[in-house]
Formats: sequence, structure tokens, C-alpha cells
Amino acid sequence: MQRGKRFTAFFAILFAISFGGHAWAQQTIKVAYTDPLSGPFAQVGDANLKQMQYIIDYINAKGGALGKKFELVPFDNKSQPSDALLALKSATDQNMPFIMQCSGSNIAAALIDAVNKHNERNPDNRIIYLNCGAVATELTNEQCSFWHFRFDLHVGMKAEVMVRALPKEVTKVYLINQDYLFGQSVQRDVKTFLAKLRPDVQVVGDELIPLGKIKDFSPYITKIKASGAQALLTGNWGPDMNLLIKAGVDAGADLRYYTFYAHLAGGPTAIGVGGENRVLAVMSFGENVAPEIGNTEAEAFTKAFRDKHKFDFSAAGFRTIFEYLQAAVNKAGAVDATKIAFAMEDLTIKDFLGFETKMRKDDHQLISEYFVGTFKKGVKYDAEGTGLGWAMTATILAKDVDQPNSCKMKRPTGA
Amino acid sequence: MEVFVVSLLNGLVYGMLLFMLASGLTLILSMMGVLNFAHASAYMLGAYFAYTISLYIGFWPALIVAPLLCGLIGAGLEMWGLRRVHRNGHIAELLFTFGLALIIEKGVQMTWGLLPVPYRVPELLDFPLFRVYGTQFPAYRAFMLVISALMFGAIWLALTRTRIGLVIQAALTHPDMASALGHNVPRIFTLVFAAGTALAGLAGVIGGNYQVTEPAMAFTMGPIVFVVVVFGGLGSLSGCFIASILMGLIQTFAVVFDVSLADLLSKFGFVVTSSTPFAELLTVTLPRVGALLPFLMMVLILVFRPRGLMGTRDT
Repeated sequence: MQRGKRFTAFFAILFAISFGGHAWAQQTIKVAYTDPLSGPFAQVGDANLKQMQYIIDYINAKGGALGKKFELVPFDNKSQPSDALLALKSATDQNMPFIMQCSGSNIAAALIDAVNKHNERNPDNRIIYLNCGAVATELTNEQCSFWHFRFDLHVGMKAEVMVRALPKEVTKVYLINQDYLFGQSVQRDVKTFLAKLRPDVQVVGDELIPLGKIKDFSPYITKIKASGAQALLTGNWGPDMNLLIKAGVDAGADLRYYTFYAHLAGGPTAIGVGGENRVLAVMSFGENVAPEIGNTEAEAFTKAFRDKHKFDFSAAGFRTIFEYLQAAVNKAGAVDATKIAFAMEDLTIKDFLGFETKMRKDDHQLISEYFVGTFKKGVKYDAEGTGLGWAMTATILAKDVDQPNSCKMKRPTGA
Repeated sequence: MEVFVVSLLNGLVYGMLLFMLASGLTLILSMMGVLNFAHASAYMLGAYFAYTISLYIGFWPALIVAPLLCGLIGAGLEMWGLRRVHRNGHIAELLFTFGLALIIEKGVQMTWGLLPVPYRVPELLDFPLFRVYGTQFPAYRAFMLVISALMFGAIWLALTRTRIGLVIQAALTHPDMASALGHNVPRIFTLVFAAGTALAGLAGVIGGNYQVTEPAMAFTMGPIVFVVVVFGGLGSLSGCFIASILMGLIQTFAVVFDVSLADLLSKFGFVVTSSTPFAELLTVTLPRVGALLPFLMMVLILVFRPRGLMGTRDT
């Protein structure tokens, strides 16, 4: 009898949970988010997740879209394409309209392919892939897809910004990049823009390193020094970036570091005081942007995150993503992937800093402003409690990063 | 020349760090036959403990306290965990330590977070000791060399010149006989396991601020330590020492030499073009495969000399 009662109670609870969950699902717009939440690159995924959650709370407080709230559903992909595809499967099984992924262009390439196939086979259960940081140039060119929207500048654009930021006196540069789709993309594009914009610059070293395997970069620094390079240009991210600059600073190498990701979580801590005025980052946002341009509202928004969490707010781009989603869902008038995708095309939004941004229709690449930050003392907001922070040394407007593309997009018919 | 000297120094530092980690593992593996997957986790714990302790009472006390804490944890694990599991054979032990490594990693993530912690070199040692051809050699690296050399000396003395060392050596080569002669072999096991874990902890204390203290540090350091142990040979501290230095130097020098198999072949008058079979493989440069070299060497030594460089028993 006792046993029977327990069983009944158990099933009652189970029923309540599943029913409750179902009811909840009806009220929210679910966004699957897949990135490394464990393994060597866990710090990157974790930092993204916290910032996204903060932004979603804000967007929801502003009314969400169509009266529904956004809900983030995280899936760990351990930096593996296969795990990301499992996440996609779970997302489509639960009829989620969006999947978001930031880290790893190889994973992004696999996701684009899988999303294309899925959407072709399941016209009434389609999903949009929101790319929040996989930036290999190919993804919106040769591999472009109607279902893929990229919200960060691609490598070609970032490389142009980086090359333009090189001062006149630098004539010898060394390239180090990670040996996979993204790193190779950086390697190629940086060299292209060097040849085009700075023919006086000589590439004295050009190297690919295995992704996330190297613990001590001192040997590389020795080699870079021996090559006579004045600047190191790298697209490395995560530990590959942090350890590289740390080794350079420790060896007292007289180098400038031009990076894409030195400002992200963990970077400033690893660089330390020794990197003052040496490290530059091509970034979508920095905490000192708002005070420098005098936008108090944006400053308050970032400061609130800083006060709540132990690390810095670097992901203004994520807020732009959700503002696009909010606008596109409202414009589409329904939570329907196909309608939302069409609504997103050529959408323009003023981002929270007050700059114009646009989602290009022909390749689904966001065009937004970009910044070059220098790591130095005496800024309003320091990074990770190091006493140093990112001072904006250049601001590049959206219209100036607008590069042509080679995308031949296939649009869904009969939608 | 410049590159050679600087790389030599860097290789030595890395090799000595490897040795501190591997020496404990080699003792544990050769004595107890336990392939301790959680060994690198002790390295990570050492670094995190040292970070936390140094926040309150400074780096120098942490240098002593953190390894001791690791040793205590090791002793506890051996007495209440491994010893029970031991009855079910080696596979069970292996799985036990494997699970432990995952649990420790998750525990560290939950306690200290996923981000690297700002564990820094103490200010006393934060200056360039000397310059070789314009490259600074940080004093801290010299300090690491000194600590690991001292440790090597201490273990060697303890193993060869003390009574407990003699018993350990006996138990290393003839565990059953040592037990039959009335020595408390389980207690020696606990001692060795604790000492091995403490050594890994010490390596963590001085390696954590040399590299970066983050939850993935055990995962990245683990495999290479196994390579060192297998390569050096079971039951041989000197083999382990040689293997560590060798691996440190190989990994350092592999980065510096921009050569590929194609370059080697061209010395013999064989020119590789893009139409040559396996051209992609042949033109991969050494730095790109540098991280793989130790594993390649492990495979080779397992095939041609299964007992390792100076091992006394087959692996």
C-alpha cells in the first residue's frame, strides 16, 4: 500500500513536471546555445553564456517579442562539431526556432551544412542559425546560407581593420594562427590586406599552431625574436592567445601584439602589467567605449553587468543579436523561422551605443562599427582587476568595413 | 646560436617541470601498478591551493602548505579509496582514478570557476635574472630549476640512503617478497602515493604561475606525463629524469626548426612537388607536429624497447 502511494506520488510529480514544462514552452521563444562549456575552451563558452543571460533578461524586461519572452537553452559541445550537431538535433526535436553558436568556425561550417539539410527536409520545422562569433570569411561567402546569419565581422573585415591599425614604423611582422578553418582564414586574409594596403611590410614568419595543445609559447617567442619581427599578428583565442602573449611579455620581447581576441575573458589576466601599451585588440566593443563617446545609458548597462559578475562585459554584439531577433520576430508577426529569416534581411538597427548597423541581404553578414583598443593604464574601467584596460584608439564605422562578398544564396521557394 | 641557447634553457625548465610531475607518477605506477589518471589533477589542485593560500599568507608558506595538503588528500584517497578498489583488480583501479580526475576537474570548476585565476609569480622573483642575447630569462624560471633539482636530489637521497628508501626500492622490484619479510607494504603504498601526490602538488605550485592556472591544466598536462613515465621506464627514477628533460627539449626545439620531410628528402635529391603522393604529409613542418613527437616516441619505444629507457620491468 505504502509502495503504491509512493508510485502514485512519483507519477503525479512526473506528470506535473512534464505538463508544467510543456506549458512553459508555449510562452517562450527558445534559443538553443551551443559552445564549449567544458574542456580547454570552457572559459570562453561560460563567459558568453553569462553575458547572454544578462542581455536576455534585459530584452525580456523590455517586453521580449510578440509578448513572449526569450529563453536560452545551453548545450555543451566540448569544441566538437559532432556534439554541436547533437545540440542541433535536440533543438529541432523541441521545435526551437533558433540555434546560436560562437566559438569555432569548423563547428559553424558543420552546423550550416546540417541546418541547410534539416530545413530542406522539414519545411514545417525550420531553424535559423545565429552565428555570434565564428568568423572564418568563407562562411558568408563560398559557404553562405539563407539560414545562417552572422553577427560578428568576418575575418576579412577584421584583418583589414588590423592591417590599417599597423603604425608606419612597423615593417616586419610575424603571423601566428591556429591550425583550423578560422586560423587559416586569418592567415590568408591578413596577408592579402598586407599586400594590398601595406606593401612595405614584410612577413618574416608565418606559422600555424595546433589548436589548444601548446602550454608554453617561449620557444615561439625565441623564434619570433630571432626573425627580427616588430609586431606579432594573431587571430588566436582562448588559452592559445593568453599563453602566447604571456610568454612574450615574460621574455621581455620588444614586440607589439595585434590580436582579435586579447580582450576576451582571461586575456587581460594572462597579459598583466608587462603588456602595457604593447597589446592591441580589434574588438566589437570595450567597456571604455561608452564613457569615451559620452553615452551614459550604455555605460550604465555595462556597469551593471560588471557589478554583478566578477568579469568584464565584452559582448555588446550579443545585445545587438537579440535586438535584431526582437525586431525580426515582431516584423514577421509569428515565431516561424522562414518568416523571421526574411524579416531579418536588410534590417537596420541603431545599436545601443548609437551606431548604425545593418544585416546585409545578399550574404547575411552584419555590418557594424568596430574598434581598436590598446591595453594601457589610466582608463575608466580596467580589465579583470589588472589596473589596465582597453582605451579606444580607433573607431571604424560600419560603412568602412563594408567589403564585397561572393555569396550566391539559395532562397527557399514556396515559403 | 642565440636561438639554441634560449631554447635550451626553456627546454630545461619545461623538462624539469615535467620531471616533478612524472617522478611521483613513476613511483606510484612502478610500485603499485596503478596508472593514476588523477595525477595531473593533483598538479592542478596544487596550483589552485597555492593560489588561494597565497591570497592570505603569501606565496612562500603556500610553497610548503599546498603540497602537504595534496599529500594528505593523496594519503586519504589511497587508504579509503584505492585500497578498497584494489581488490577488484587493475581495471577497477584505472576506472577509479579516471573518474576521480573528472570529479576533481568539475570540483575545481565549481569552486574556483571556469576562468583562469590570477595566480602570479611572487614579486620577490618577478625580475629578469639575466639576458641571453637580448632575451630576458626570468628569475622565476631559475627558481623552478633550483626547486626541481633540489627535489630530485632529495628523492634520490631518500631512496638510496635511508631505511624507508631501501624498503620502497625492495617493494618496487619485489613487492611480494618485501611483504613476506614482514614489511607493512600497504603502509608503504600509502606513503608513496601521498609522496607522489605531494610532488605533483609541488609541481603545481611552481608550474601554476609559470603557465596559467585554469581548470583545463590537468587535462592538457596529463597525457605528456604518461609519455614520460612510459618512455623513462618503470621503476627507474633516473630514466624518468632523462625522459623528462628529453621531452622538454624535443618540444622546445621542434618549434624552432622549420623543416619538413620534404626538406629532408631534397637533401637526397628527391624533390617533392604538389603531385607527389602524400605531398601534404611530406610538407608539414616540424613545428606543426611538434606536440605529437613525444607520442610518436612513446609508440616507437613501446614497439622496440617495451621496458623503456632504463626500466627494470616490462610495461
